[in-house]
Amino acid sequence: MIKVSNLKKSFGHNEVLKNINAEIKAQEVVVVIGPSGSGKSTFLRCLNLLESVTDGHVYIEGVDLTDKSVNINKVRQDVGMVFQQFNLFPHKTVIENIVMAPVKVKKIDEEVARQKGLDLLRKVGLEDKANAYPDSLSGGQKQRVAIARALAMEPKIMLFDEPTSALDPEMVGEVLEVMKQLAKEGMTMVVVTHEMGFAREVGDRVIFMDGGYIVEENVPDELFTNPQQERTKSFLSKVL
Amino acid sequence: MDFRYDLIMDYAPLFLKGTLLTLGLSLAGIVFGTALGLAIGLGKMVKNKWVSLPFDLYITFFRGTPLFVQILLIHFGLVPLFAGKTEPVTAAILALSLNAGAYIAEIFRAGIQSIDKGQMEAARTLGMTHFQAMRYVILPQAFKRMIPPLGNEFIVLIKESSLAAVIAAPEIMYWGRAMQGQYYRVWEPYITVAIIYLVITLTLSFLLNRLERRLSTE
Repeated sequence: MIKVSNLKKSFGHNEVLKNINAEIKAQEVVVVIGPSGSGKSTFLRCLNLLESVTDGHVYIEGVDLTDKSVNINKVRQDVGMVFQQFNLFPHKTVIENIVMAPVKVKKIDEEVARQKGLDLLRKVGLEDKANAYPDSLSGGQKQRVAIARALAMEPKIMLFDEPTSALDPEMVGEVLEVMKQLAKEGMTMVVVTHEMGFAREVGDRVIFMDGGYIVEENVPDELFTNPQQERTKSFLSKVL
Repeated sequence: MDFRYDLIMDYAPLFLKGTLLTLGLSLAGIVFGTALGLAIGLGKMVKNKWVSLPFDLYITFFRGTPLFVQILLIHFGLVPLFAGKTEPVTAAILALSLNAGAYIAEIFRAGIQSIDKGQMEAARTLGMTHFQAMRYVILPQAFKRMIPPLGNEFIVLIKESSLAAVIAAPEIMYWGRAMQGQYYRVWEPYITVAIIYLVITLTLSFLLNRLERRLSTE
């Protein structure tokens, strides 16, 4: 589903991703962990070309995103993304946030999109907030709307960039619950997070990144209980 | 000191004509200046330095030199060069629009750049093109923030249209000066002129305040 080969990314002289190779299969839930500055968010943002790639290749369903002739807007319709800062559109209501892209990009009939949007809101437990503006919602509610908005495009892959890091602790659970549900339904997911509990419970595989490299990857139980690399051990000893 | 209301009444029809021209000059300046400003503002935001350079130079020139000088250059230089003769109203509209365009370009740029970049990213990850993201996500939000500075700019523009008097465009200030020259009176013409400008600018700021309030409650 996703294949990354020899991916390198620099900001000016600062090389953030040094040589990343990874493969993510359909329906797999991959959790990326690592200290801040390790390049995990940049790695995620390269998967939908939110960051331009300095060198190497990123394939989504066989399509090479680094090929200049690829229509990236078309690819992005299949790759949903959820941000740490939610990034809801504050001038639109919740339901308008959700239907905007299906109507404007996919040219879906407004009423059809609306019904689908309401279904998605029900799924994330916010059907009563359809006509509210984002500013009136709590952080957890905003993030659930953001997930519904991404799902409205019917993506095949969902990318999560620290989706719970900006939330008050008591709201983390409601967002993780929605993500667990999504994983159960077979969504292909790449999740950058500090929630080790989530990684353990939901992840099929955990990737540990540090200093712009993938240091180690394994199934969660192995990686958490029996890390092979010194850096992984020292990181886990601090966060577990 | 006696205040000669009768002289003002004599000049009232001319002040009325002048007011209409002032409104016309200002409106033209606002419309053309805004269109020009949007184009120049977007041009200046282009990442390629060679593309954005001319827009940058334009803004530097029109913000860095007095409007008075620009009016004279356009009236005595630019317009005769193309039209073969001087044409005060055309020159005034041209100068006001070109000048306002530079300021409005910066207002647009500041408004657009004040929107958090996460908004653009969210729109793009949903598959929108850059244009769609601008049209549906960025500009509607930026527009709200542009209203107060745009209002200021429009008020400045109305007041500065009085400089057109020096190139004999018969707007309010022109008739004020004519009245002063005819009767050798100072207070009557200039107080009248000042009050007319005040009425226009106060009306505009009232309308803009209402617009701003309506948009903020939406």
